[in-house]
Amino acid sequence: MKTDKFVLVENLSKCFPQPKKQELVVFDKVSFGIQKGEFICCIGHSGCGKSTIMNVLAGLEKPTSGAAILDGREIAGPGLEKAVVFQNHSLLPWKTVLKNVMFAVGARHPDWSRGQIREHSQKYLDLVGLAHASDQKPHQLSGGMKQRVGIARAFALESPLLLMDEPFGALDALTRGTIQEELLKIWGQTKQTVFMITHDVDEAILLSDRIFLMTNGPRARVAEAVEVSIPRPRKRAEIVHHPDYYTIRNHLVDFLVSRSKELSGSRAGEVTGEDLPSDTPVFPPNVDPVKLARKVS
Amino acid sequence: MKPSLETLRSALLASLFFGIFIFIWYALTVPRSGDRAIFELSEEEVAQLDELGMAMEDRLYYLESGLDFEQLWQLAEMQFTREEIEMAGGIEAFGFQRQENGEAEVRSHFPTPGQVFSVGWEMIRDPFYDNGPNDKGIGLQLAYSLRRVALGFGLAVLVAIPLGFIMGMSRLFSEALMPFVQILKPISPLAWMPLALYTIKDAEQSSIFVIFICSVWPLLINTMFGVATVRKDWLAIGRTLELGRFQMAGQIILPAAAPTVFTGMKISIGISWLVIVAAEMLIGGTGMGYFVWNEWNGLNIDSMIVAIFVIGVVGYVLDWIIGFGQKAVRYVD
Ligand SMILES: Nc1ncnc2c1ncn2[C@@H]1O[C@H](COP(=O)(O)OP(=O)(O)OP(=O)(O)O)[C@@H](O)[C@H]1O
Ligand SMILES: [Mg+2]
Repeated sequence: MKTDKFVLVENLSKCFPQPKKQELVVFDKVSFGIQKGEFICCIGHSGCGKSTIMNVLAGLEKPTSGAAILDGREIAGPGLEKAVVFQNHSLLPWKTVLKNVMFAVGARHPDWSRGQIREHSQKYLDLVGLAHASDQKPHQLSGGMKQRVGIARAFALESPLLLMDEPFGALDALTRGTIQEELLKIWGQTKQTVFMITHDVDEAILLSDRIFLMTNGPRARVAEAVEVSIPRPRKRAEIVHHPDYYTIRNHLVDFLVSRSKELSGSRAGEVTGEDLPSDTPVFPPNVDPVKLARKVS
Repeated sequence: MKPSLETLRSALLASLFFGIFIFIWYALTVPRSGDRAIFELSEEEVAQLDELGMAMEDRLYYLESGLDFEQLWQLAEMQFTREEIEMAGGIEAFGFQRQENGEAEVRSHFPTPGQVFSVGWEMIRDPFYDNGPNDKGIGLQLAYSLRRVALGFGLAVLVAIPLGFIMGMSRLFSEALMPFVQILKPISPLAWMPLALYTIKDAEQSSIFVIFICSVWPLLINTMFGVATVRKDWLAIGRTLELGRFQMAGQIILPAAAPTVFTGMKISIGISWLVIVAAEMLIGGTGMGYFVWNEWNGLNIDSMIVAIFVIGVVGYVLDWIIGFGQKAVRYVD
């Protein structure tokens, strides 16, 4: 198929059969395109099917119908051109931190010497602040550290498409900020195309070119793609002063609080505004997001 | 691991239990004046009685009754069955007197701990002597058994691990082969033995086959289970890295399944050791099983007890060796 889009998703649907029940349609007829080098964040309520979409893009899951196309070719299976940060870290527990990264780098560059592989892997571990933990096994690490190893592994692959499933979920604000900056730096250099799932509205604004908003499942859709008009390079401390920041932010929060439910056509009473993920940052901090959203709309 | 207070305490308690055990053993077996004497027979004496057609049960019964070899020989010469002797009024009616305590070879029914320890010391001090088919050192007998176990168990490993891999990876194979496994698994080694002897003819190879056929199942099932339950996430990593078939098997599935495989090996080596002792009692000739049987035939209860103890210790050592491998591949998820 001829297209100028690097990633093209058309009428993608995914159903899971359920025992003794009608099959679960996670998302239905989802379509979107991603330009080469674009940074996309995907936001939606828990269970709406974000991970499932990402798994289809990663080639780990087959769609029930529709097509996902990467660089002009249908995604038939997983591969090295798509680096994945899994939601649950997925490190090999019998390998040390360094060996976990080296394993991936070695698969990516079979022609490299062991020294080269080690050096490259070490560089990315330094980047996520884990140089000191290279020789530890995953079970000796905290949740956030494990997540950072997964991030280092995916970054080190330097694949054209980088898929990340809530990669910074388990990190404290400070580490998260540092790694977000590293990610922007790497992305600026490598011009990778990034598809990232997050629950953090501010993170999405800081990082993305566009933000995909998903309605609640079942039969979820990508309802909108919000352009983030704030110019780059962006700094965490500075973007909040940009005149568009709160317009965008309020729009996103409003979507999560009320419109994601309305648009999903889901049965009344199933999802309420209080279902807003508890880790969604609220700004100003003492304003209830539900009230905030109402004020804006 | 350095010995902590915990280990010291459990070691003390274990010693206490051992002390109590030895004391009770001693209290029950210490010779008393009224005890009947039981005479010890040498290999040749047993062979002579066998030649005269005296059944083993009869021999043991008369020995228990306190007769010595001379008297047993006379009884055997008479060619009476035990019933006939009983009907005639017992051995006393034939003029046999029970020997009293006090002679050199005399011992009580069950050896005391001291007797067992001194016999054990003698056996362990010279484990490799070889005075013909019925008189070999315990070390030699042990070597025979260990050789059979090594061959049978090694064969089981060679067959079970690749086959378990295939069954773990393919639903088709596991479902097709499981019924056979389920039926063959519960068959006792003693049931296999005659069939093996009939088809293979050679006693040595039969015993190796029986070890193989009994120890292969736990290993096969554990390998299959370990391979089939490798976490999907880990396989997903391999798939995103475009690993080839062999890399996937060697770098992800094998290390992930290894602890389960080793658990299977532990069960299998334990079964092998159980089976070989039983098998050697049947086929005879050499090995720990035959040794125990032979000592029982000669009513050498003390060396029999030593042999039983050695069987236990060696079984523990085998388990411990596999444990080393298990420790090397263990991971915390
Ligand atoms: N293998 C599966 N079999 C059956 N149902 C599944 C399977 N995987 C996901 N689902 C269902 O699909 C829906 C979407 O799941 P998914 O993991 O994509 O959600 P998500 O948007 O990533 O949520 P979260 O933000 O909590 O990670 C859920 O209702 C889930 O129960
Ligand atoms: Mg998810």
